[in-house]
Amino acid sequence: MHEMSIVVSIVEIAESEAKKNNAKKITKLELDIGTVSGIELDALNFAFESIKNETMLKNAQIKINKIKAKSKCEDCNYEFNVEDVYSLCPKCNSYKTTIIHGKEMKVKSILID
Amino acid sequence: MCTTCGCEGNGNEIKMTVFGEEKKLTIQNHEHNHNHSHGHHHHSHEHSYEINLETNILNQNNLLAERNRGYFEAKNIFAINMMSSPGSGKTTLLEKTIKDLKDKFQLYVIEGDQQTMNDAERIGKAGAPVIQVNTGNGCHLDANMINKAIKKLEVKDNSIIFIENVGNLVCPALFDLGEAKRIVIMSVTEGEDKPIKYPTIFEDADICIINKTDLLPYLSYDVELAKKYALRVNHHLKFIEVSATTGEGMEKWYDELKALIK
Ligand SMILES: Nc1nc2c(ncn2[C@@H]2O[C@H](COP(=O)(O)OP(=O)(O)OP(=O)(O)O)[C@@H](O)[C@H]2O)c(=O)[nH]1
Ligand SMILES: [Mg+2]
Ligand SMILES: [Zn+2]
Repeated sequence: MHEMSIVVSIVEIAESEAKKNNAKKITKLELDIGTVSGIELDALNFAFESIKNETMLKNAQIKINKIKAKSKCEDCNYEFNVEDVYSLCPKCNSYKTTIIHGKEMKVKSILID
Repeated sequence: MCTTCGCEGNGNEIKMTVFGEEKKLTIQNHEHNHNHSHGHHHHSHEHSYEINLETNILNQNNLLAERNRGYFEAKNIFAINMMSSPGSGKTTLLEKTIKDLKDKFQLYVIEGDQQTMNDAERIGKAGAPVIQVNTGNGCHLDANMINKAIKKLEVKDNSIIFIENVGNLVCPALFDLGEAKRIVIMSVTEGEDKPIKYPTIFEDADICIINKTDLLPYLSYDVELAKKYALRVNHHLKFIEVSATTGEGMEKWYDELKALIK
């Protein structure tokens, strides 16, 4: 389960920024997570719950913006929404499609006190 | 225990052991976490406010991976990240490769497993310098472990380093190690649909080695179907079919390897 390392990285990013600003606590954390980023949100939440009490994010509200995945067809240039990374182009049936959105994994912002 | 980040609850020790050497090296894998800028204070604020970050979650790993990449390039070391589910034959393929190529190339191996020295022992016997990285609870190697491992292994210039990642089809994919190429191995006993069941590992791979082809007569595995699924995930993928135990197809793999490092 790599979500634990993901959560550890998120906490590191948030805490180091909060400390730079002499904050006492982080009250809100906003993340951008793409639906095909390889991060499982349930596992992420579970990992976060299990370590948050030892961090500055103890009482933080977590907002996760799910970024919808989009693919582009190399053969006909059509752009389309996808649920997965292996969908064929709905227009020309080509497999030469590339994900253009949905791989995001970012700490977007924090609210500090 | 890493109190700042509370990693893995009670701390996860990463062990590194060079095959043939007694001394062990243990690292805490989050040391960068503990040296934030002291002494240098910003204004303190009375009330809460928002900071926009837009920081990639894997930023720290990616930066370290780029450092590894620079190190490899400067020393003309070709690093290959080998990923697969447990038991696809990564170590067997490496053992065979080392036996066949060790006189032509300077080869090194970093072995990633949660526990045991088994794979490092196999590689050491095959004749390549090898370091075992035991990740404990960790399900993947990361750039920091590789950074430590290459220094400990004292990799010479103009060499090839194979990094056998922890057997896992999901987690290793997200962690750039600084490698030049990624290879995913799937064996014919795993079913054709692995690429669409576990797409992440196939997405950024350069080469897909299909192993254990000697078993094809006993299975209903459809190689072309497996390739088709893999191409749907990543249409740039190249395929090499081998049997690491009989040696069938290995010449094609060596040709591909030689072409890569040119
Ligand atoms: N028939 C056959 N068996 C193979 C082949 N390659 C590997 N095996 C067998 O598959 C089993 C697992 O091989 P390993 O090389 O240990 O696999 P691995 O991917 O390194 O496994 P982990 O490191 O545990 O993830 C062993 O029993 C090998 O002998 C092959 O080409 N054909
Ligand atoms: Mg192995
Ligand atoms: Zn199309």
